[in-house]
Amino acid sequence: MKVLVPVKRVIDYNVKVRVKADGSGVDLANVKMSMNPFDEIAVEEAIRLKEKGVASEIVVVSIGVKQAQETLRTALAMGADRAILIEAASDVHTDIEPLAVAKLLAAVVGAEAPGLVLAGKQAIDNDMNATGQMLSALLGWSQATFASELSVAGDSATVTREVDGGLQTITVKLPAVVTVDLRLNEPRYASLPNIMKAKKKPLEEKTAADYGVDVTPRLTVVKTSEPAGRKAGVKVASVDELIAKLKDEAGVL
Amino acid sequence: MAVLLLADVNGGQLATDSVAKTLTAVAGLGEIHVLVAGQGGDAAAAEAAGLAGVSKVLFADGHDYCHGMAEATAALVVGLASSYTHICAPATAAAKNVLPRVAALLDVMVLSDVTAVIDSETFERPIYAGNAIQTVKSGDKVKVFTVRTAAFAAAGTGGAAALEKVTGATAEGLSSWVEDKVAASDRPELTSAKIVVSGGRGVGSEADFALIEALADKLGAAVGASRAAVDSGFAPNDWQVGQTGKVVAPALYVAIGISGAIQHLAGMKDSKVIVAINKDEEAPIFQIADYGLVADLFQAVPEMTQKV
Ligand SMILES: Cc1cc2nc3c(=O)[nH]c(=O)nc-3n(C[C@H](O)[C@H](O)[C@H](O)COP(=O)(O)OP(=O)(O)OC[C@H]3O[C@@H](n4cnc5c(N)ncnc54)[C@H](O)[C@@H]3O)c2cc1C
Repeated sequence: MKVLVPVKRVIDYNVKVRVKADGSGVDLANVKMSMNPFDEIAVEEAIRLKEKGVASEIVVVSIGVKQAQETLRTALAMGADRAILIEAASDVHTDIEPLAVAKLLAAVVGAEAPGLVLAGKQAIDNDMNATGQMLSALLGWSQATFASELSVAGDSATVTREVDGGLQTITVKLPAVVTVDLRLNEPRYASLPNIMKAKKKPLEEKTAADYGVDVTPRLTVVKTSEPAGRKAGVKVASVDELIAKLKDEAGVL
Repeated sequence: MAVLLLADVNGGQLATDSVAKTLTAVAGLGEIHVLVAGQGGDAAAAEAAGLAGVSKVLFADGHDYCHGMAEATAALVVGLASSYTHICAPATAAAKNVLPRVAALLDVMVLSDVTAVIDSETFERPIYAGNAIQTVKSGDKVKVFTVRTAAFAAAGTGGAAALEKVTGATAEGLSSWVEDKVAASDRPELTSAKIVVSGGRGVGSEADFALIEALADKLGAAVGASRAAVDSGFAPNDWQVGQTGKVVAPALYVAIGISGAIQHLAGMKDSKVIVAINKDEEAPIFQIADYGLVADLFQAVPEMTQKV
């Protein structure tokens, strides 16, 4: 079974986000970019499926700017077999909307016919949590979101999902889209020899137009602003003082 | 203009607080119809009909809609969509599973975690773990969005909406439910509690998490946790507060043995009063705490439990 894993290039999760003074967005020029952490977990899971003999080939796809090649190389160094870059923007500040990404991925699925798509549950930049569900809808496939456990047997997958009250287990018919949550696995680091090897793995370059998909945004960003700040308060010296402050000053006890 | 609000129903029970808060968020957008989906949801539908601001409750009494199964529930919503300008739901795990699917089937974008409805097509939502707030305008024919309920007060009761049974498409054979592992608890719900007491990696073990729980119980609080505490097995996943866990805004949030990573702050920085107990005086959590106590939690927490 072929497994398809979409990966997104996003601001590194350790970088302090700065909103541009003119309100036009977040400053992404010259900041460290990395693979979306959830997508790393998806790549790792695909590799584990291959190690178990369940997956035969892992294809990673990234949609965005040309620099997303680096993200694809990281996935190849982790253990993916082949990569597809769909260039859909030239400015690093352009975020392709989940609906357009899902349409492009649906076209890739049409060409590649994977048995499973493993995607991150959300990207840590737009925090939309939508692409996997949208892709599944466009394909008319089953979906299992927020996976913390996955097992594939025959033509179905059993997935344990992190939900608000605890955990839910469902079985989905393959082909399916599964979106992954934090506790599914701990992604491996690519070794130096594998980073070298990844440079020789195939990376196909396409454009959104090659798939006939219109990526014009449906949403217009009116402005981007800083959230209301919070100031540090006071340090208290003892539990007694803390309780007194909470009772008398804050009135919350 | 009319709004369809997809209610969260768990085990036949309406997730009332989340629905009531979403009602407040969308109150300005027109007549609101609440959709209750799932066999045996009669009581939930009746309860929804009693919420102030609801003008009709649509009840889809079908087995396929139980357990929030995404494919069937999305098909049901899509079947009803043509009567509505807005389709919304509280930003719960259940709705985040379903509404993006609905949006794609309608060929429109979805907006997750809306924190303010500016007008019928303009919305505010946090991005980058809440480090920026985006105001976006949607040109789509129908607006599909989830509402971050922590930002809104709950609508009251006293309504008497009409109840209408609806049917819709299902999704034969795509997926099937196996089991829910939901821990029953007498504690208040994390997302609606007045006080939340959370523990982090500093708590050190599952056994010692009892210290956090004891303080929470003394205060009548819900219990939360950092990702590190959940990953380490000290606390269950549904206690996680943060960018990718629950978002809370209680009157009092007590962070114990939590360093204050931005991903954690994303889930609690709108709390009214924040208390941090941490042995490291440089911990970033102190930069946003109203009251900070630099102390060993193994001493401070039992003392606090005893004295409050
Ligand atoms: C994609 C992504 C999503 C994430 N989502 C979330 C999320 O939703 N929620 C979340 O919380 N995190 C999330 N994280 C993780 C986040 O980055 C931090 O790693 C995590 O919040 C750290 O948890 P912590 O504060 O408990 O642990 P640490 O950072 O290890 O802090 C432990 C603290 O305990 C203190 N301590 C230790 N012993 C004691 C003692 N005896 N007494 C008092 N204090 C003590 C230490 O001084 C320290 O400050 C996410 C990360 C990524 C990459």
